[in-house]
Amino acid sequence: MTDTQKCKEYFPDATGGASGCAVKLHGRDVNVFYDDKQVLFDVNLAIGEKMVTALIGPSGCGKSTFLRCFNRMNETISSCRVAGRVELDGFNVRDIDVVELRARVGMVFQKPNPFPKSIYENVAYGPRIHGLAGTSAELDDIVTSSLERAGLLEEVHNRMNELGTGLSGGQQQRLCIARAIAVNPEVILMDEPCSALDPIATARIEELIDDLCQNYTIVIVTHSMQQAARVSQRTVFFNLGKLVEEGDTTQIFTNPHDKQTQDYITGRFG
Amino acid sequence: MTEHIVRAFEEELVSLNEKIARMGELAERQLADAVNVLQRRDLDLAAEVIAADDQIDDSERDIEEQVIIMIVRRQPMALDLREIMAAIRISSDLERVGDLAGNIAKRVVSIGADTHPQRLLHGVDRMSKLAMKQLKDVLDAYSGRDTRKAIAVWHNDEEIDNMYISLFREFLTYVMEDPRLITPCTHLLFAAKNMERIGDHATNIAETIHYLVHGKPLIETNRKLISL
Ligand SMILES: Nc1ncnc2c1ncn2[C@@H]1O[C@H](COP(=O)(O)OP(=O)(O)O)[C@@H](O)[C@H]1O
Ligand SMILES: [Mg+2]
Repeated sequence: MTDTQKCKEYFPDATGGASGCAVKLHGRDVNVFYDDKQVLFDVNLAIGEKMVTALIGPSGCGKSTFLRCFNRMNETISSCRVAGRVELDGFNVRDIDVVELRARVGMVFQKPNPFPKSIYENVAYGPRIHGLAGTSAELDDIVTSSLERAGLLEEVHNRMNELGTGLSGGQQQRLCIARAIAVNPEVILMDEPCSALDPIATARIEELIDDLCQNYTIVIVTHSMQQAARVSQRTVFFNLGKLVEEGDTTQIFTNPHDKQTQDYITGRFG
Repeated sequence: MTEHIVRAFEEELVSLNEKIARMGELAERQLADAVNVLQRRDLDLAAEVIAADDQIDDSERDIEEQVIIMIVRRQPMALDLREIMAAIRISSDLERVGDLAGNIAKRVVSIGADTHPQRLLHGVDRMSKLAMKQLKDVLDAYSGRDTRKAIAVWHNDEEIDNMYISLFREFLTYVMEDPRLITPCTHLLFAAKNMERIGDHATNIAETIHYLVHGKPLIETNRKLISL
């Protein structure tokens, strides 16, 4: 399978980095229902590897639901039914063991949710259950390097045994990112990761996203148009459960083709 | 176009458009007055034109200030962003038009009371008329968001350029025949050059209108048209 070709096929409009990369995640004819209520309609979207894709749209349009398709989190909601095909590297996520899938596709939520354990344990937990470290020295290494990559090490290196829940909101969110990174994922899904953070903590996370996308595929849901414009290379606009428009981020924010997109990003939604 | 949910933003955009329209009127009047000064050698009017340039400069500053405030407050996106970028670009082109009109008036002051044959003015007159028409048309195109009209202005610029070149040749023959015409011809050629540059600013505005409406540069679109 020639992934690179595939990406060109799915982003015919893309300029720069987005045109050359491989397809990492792919939703094909995705339809999602909660009981009888359909909330996503025939969504088709290819997401490029090692870049940042922003999902935007009004509350309730299905962004979080769509994000949860990629790590099968929707299966934890009993009323939820996903139809269609969702792929990671071309493989149906249903055929991947769910524990393995969630290690490969990490998730960071709106509200930072560290475990009520030490900072160290928060990060060590995942690698330990996935058996990623043979010795405690190796585990130490994983914890340190994950905190380092999450830009938190400097702030916590001498308080590793304090409770993760005692950190500031922005630090907690970076701790959650370190926790996600620790199991060596390929994809990080972020659902409004900064909505509870102040501008400085937000800037730190955005700086981190810039760094992380060298090594990880990032999909971020955000309500801030400015944040989507700042951090992403591709932007996808959803409305009422449908994918309305996707494109290079600069194009979406300077010259969207669809009137619904334009109305939404300029604050004209009725 | 659907209106903004935030009414004040809508009002700010309307006010920005009105300011550009008023500045456009000022620039048009400056140019018309400068042309009158040139034709009638009216030194009083010349002084007025030179003084009135401050008004245009003030307008530009005012527009710039409003744009900065709007960027801070509204963080404009898409069409709104293009509206605001267009306003700032057009106001800077209009400010230059005002300067160039002022320069024409200053030239006339330098020529002073020296008389020169009326025939020297014909070519400059024709250029002035076209420059005024270009400016008027492009401002109409802006207020009507009329890209067809803007593109017509863009194409017409070649005519002004050609007029300037032929005027230059014509004056060259005059001064070779009669060296006493060197001074008036030089001044008039400067005036003509200023008209030609006013034409260039009209062209810039035409390009801006195209970008404003379509989100793509006119040049690029035009190249595509040619390559089709
Ligand atoms: N657990 C759930 N049970 C029933 N309906 C849900 C559930 N979660 C979300 N929905 C509905 O699905 C739609 C999409 O929700 P969601 O994916 O959370 O949208 P977004 O993230 O864009 O705000 C909404 O109408 C929402 O009410
Ligand atoms: Mg959501």
